[in-house]
Amino acid sequence: MMLRFARVKDFDWTMFFIVMTICALGVLQIFSATHDTVWQGSWWKQILYIMAGLVLAWIATNIDYHALMGHVYTLYIASVGLLVVVLLVGKRAFGSTRWILLPAGIHLQISEFAKIAIILLVARFMTELKTEVLEWRDLLKLSAAIVLPMALIAKEPDLGTALTYLPILAVGVYLAGMRWKYWVVIGVLLLVVVPVAYSSLHAYQKARIVSFLDPERDPQGTGYQLIQSRIAVGAGGTWGKGVTKGSQTQLRFLPVPHTDFIFSAFAEEHGFIGVMVVMVLFFVLLMQIVQNAQTSPDRAGMYICMGVGSLLLFHILVNVGMVVGRMPVTGIPLPLMSYGGSSIWSTFLMLGLVNSVRVRRFVN
Amino acid sequence: MRYTPPPNPFDPHDENRSVGGRDDTSFAAAKMTIFQYVAVAVFLFLVSGFWDLQIRHPDIYNERAERNRIKELPVVAPRGRILDRDGRVIVDNHSSFSLILSRENLKEEHLHEIADGLHLDYDDLVKKVNRYKRRPRYEPIIIKEELTPSDLAFVESHRDAETFPEMETIESQRRLYPESGILSHVIGYTGEISESELDLPEYAKYNQGQIIGKTGIEKQYNDILMGVDGERQSIVDNRGKEREVLGMKPAKPGKNLQLTIDLDLQVVAELALQGHRGAVVALNPQNGEVLAMASQPNFDPNKFAVRIKSADWKELTNDPGNPLLNRAIQAQWAPGSTFKPIIALAGLETGAIDENTVFNCPGGVTFFGHYYKCLEVHGAVSLHKGITLSCDSYFYNVGNKTGIESIAYYAHQAGLGEKSGIDLPNEASGVVPSPEWKLRNFRQKWFAGETISVSIGQGAVTVTPLQIARAIGGLAMGGVWHVPHLNMALTKTEQPHEWALNPDNVKKIVYGMYGVVNEGGTGVRAKIPSIDVCGKTGSAQVASAEYEKTHNDLKDTAWFVGYAPCVNPEIIVSVLWENTGLHGQYAAPTARDIMKAYFDKKLRNGVAYPEPEELKNARSPATLVSTLMPGAASPAPAAPKDSPR
Repeated sequence: MMLRFARVKDFDWTMFFIVMTICALGVLQIFSATHDTVWQGSWWKQILYIMAGLVLAWIATNIDYHALMGHVYTLYIASVGLLVVVLLVGKRAFGSTRWILLPAGIHLQISEFAKIAIILLVARFMTELKTEVLEWRDLLKLSAAIVLPMALIAKEPDLGTALTYLPILAVGVYLAGMRWKYWVVIGVLLLVVVPVAYSSLHAYQKARIVSFLDPERDPQGTGYQLIQSRIAVGAGGTWGKGVTKGSQTQLRFLPVPHTDFIFSAFAEEHGFIGVMVVMVLFFVLLMQIVQNAQTSPDRAGMYICMGVGSLLLFHILVNVGMVVGRMPVTGIPLPLMSYGGSSIWSTFLMLGLVNSVRVRRFVN
Repeated sequence: MRYTPPPNPFDPHDENRSVGGRDDTSFAAAKMTIFQYVAVAVFLFLVSGFWDLQIRHPDIYNERAERNRIKELPVVAPRGRILDRDGRVIVDNHSSFSLILSRENLKEEHLHEIADGLHLDYDDLVKKVNRYKRRPRYEPIIIKEELTPSDLAFVESHRDAETFPEMETIESQRRLYPESGILSHVIGYTGEISESELDLPEYAKYNQGQIIGKTGIEKQYNDILMGVDGERQSIVDNRGKEREVLGMKPAKPGKNLQLTIDLDLQVVAELALQGHRGAVVALNPQNGEVLAMASQPNFDPNKFAVRIKSADWKELTNDPGNPLLNRAIQAQWAPGSTFKPIIALAGLETGAIDENTVFNCPGGVTFFGHYYKCLEVHGAVSLHKGITLSCDSYFYNVGNKTGIESIAYYAHQAGLGEKSGIDLPNEASGVVPSPEWKLRNFRQKWFAGETISVSIGQGAVTVTPLQIARAIGGLAMGGVWHVPHLNMALTKTEQPHEWALNPDNVKKIVYGMYGVVNEGGTGVRAKIPSIDVCGKTGSAQVASAEYEKTHNDLKDTAWFVGYAPCVNPEIIVSVLWENTGLHGQYAAPTARDIMKAYFDKKLRNGVAYPEPEELKNARSPATLVSTLMPGAASPAPAAPKDSPR
């Protein structure tokens, strides 16, 4: 029994209203940031994406996640296969190959959807563990399974999206439990390897790597975007400049103000107050997801919810951190707000999965 | 591989369920709580970032955002026009567009098509772009000036964000000079202020990139002509494209400048000089106004109007004719016989001679064991004949008798060997030698023989065409030497150098110069019917005669200085032909043409010419002679009241 329609009262209405509010603010900001540019129809398209996303979320809610767990390996292999296809015949734009062109002009960014397969994979892998805690062998097996699609995505090149797969793995391992010695070993390894590797590079190589990893939106030096974003945020002040009034956004000093830097534009036009509203909404959304994990009827549901939660938290941390200049420019979207069908749809699918867990918390 | 969920302890239908079994999530409850705290930490970290930017330091960023969007663009003030004495425009402006490449969004692969579209040489363009590599990025490169309509069409149709967004046009005011190079030396040219000029204190008031006068009138009166640039405050986007104008401080255009130059005379002077290397100066000796000033070869100042091409600059500076030299004020040559009126003045004023002193000319004279030649055998020569026929023997004797000290003294009084003070930069001073001068400059004693050479305007004495015109003009005025000037406004304020000459002595010399033109002297070619023209020819050796024979590039310099009318002159013209090898008499027609043009114009305008009947009588050749030579011929009518003092 794959499809069992959920009862309306079981549905996570809190999450629904929060998500719709964030989406609405996103649409407003897309409108404001693009209203007299070549992108000016984007806000309308975004509404269509969101409506399609709602349908996807509804479907995902009504699919028993246990059934999906049974198809994890098919989903995983299909995802990896599609990522290879993207590299071979994908559409190239902004200096990177990320999209598969579907009829009707829809571009699908496969790496956004492969996340779901990875979340399910981690969930299944962890629930099937024979041991109390994660052993080296299992950790390596799972890591290898995740590093493969990451490598394919990094090859596109899209390091930012590839990195979003790590928190899924990390939260899975964290929840499954691992001997503290392992954590120490991994921690020490990271502490040693990363700084050594990075510091052995010259300054220009570092800069080159940054711009190599994300060259397409970085035509005037990595610093430019961060500086302009900080200026935009700071200029917003407490109350913001008002919709369509932000000079950084409207005069296009801010790069891509309707996609990756949408929150920067939002911060300029809605100020600290607006920022706080959205941050609270995102926080409540996360807590709602964690709560769904806590009330999950089984481990599989918990891993799914926590995987989604950690992924969203990572997206918010990296994207918003970039907007305030506390994270490097990586070019990953802010979930639910940034313009783009793939991001919206994959987020809605994941939230649908969380709901699917929720509506099954009282299975009998 | 079907997924079989692990036994669910809460599932009543699951027979495998057992509390605390494999599918219990409670083992992770604490970890999920910790995850919540991590989320709180992340959000606090992010919110603190916004707090920092938006609440603690919003002013810093607000200001930077304002600086981002509000740009002050200069509005170039047009330079003042330069007019001739009748208000005719000599130098004008026209607005033109230049193309600049904004290097902030310059793509090198675009250069080829841009070069094609603007008909520029691709390699040159790449070289130019590479030259700017080390400069700050916001500094734009001007790649083409004076855009043609088709260039502008190309730019307008290709400057959008998708094609070549790096192209931008700026409007500028360009100087428009007379094309044939007329008056080029007097006017000079403008150019962008140079790095070395910016270091000088007198240029401190200018900014980088400003166009200033570099030579001539453009430099001399730059402050009048330049005006004050305005400013436009406008909102620009990240490409620097103007979206909205906030405020405007209009440019204050430079003031027009009226010159004393008469374009009619100037054109005649330029035409008369064509084919020669030399200069012409026409002055009004009554007030120092420069009526015409030409120098050949000349150049086209339009090539300098914004930025001269290096090829053009090379051509101008390597030209052996030195076209950038303003010969009217910078060429220093021995005056030759045009110096003789000054010698005569020194002789008469010091009493060394009078008009009846006679020297014999057997074709040359020996002084101090050296034989000094004369061109012809003149026999007994007195003052009038000496000037009229330009007898060297006579003047050797006069000079010898007068002495070098007195010659130098009177020459300096006449303004020779000194800058005239004309309102042009880089005037040459010429040289009037004296024993003191020689001692100071060469640490050598004066040789008496040198005085003999100086007596006929040879030796160390050198003058500029402007100086000789001023000197003879002031002499004809009876000892009033006005400061030559080109700015009409200076006529009112100019202070002449006045020095009382004996009017009788002046008349005697003027009468001699009258004879040069009207009594079969060396300057008969300057004669104009019904106008009293006075003048003096001169031909000066550049080197010794033997040396000149073997060097084709060292030929005699021809001079003529003439003025009219002889009494109370209105115009004096000096003509210099360098290296012609011709006698000065051949230069006389140039001066005649200019003087004729002057009086013809007066006639056309009906101003004071033909003159009132009594003045005409007073100035008919017969009465003139009696005016000049009282006691000779018929009883003279009273001298005109405005006769030289």
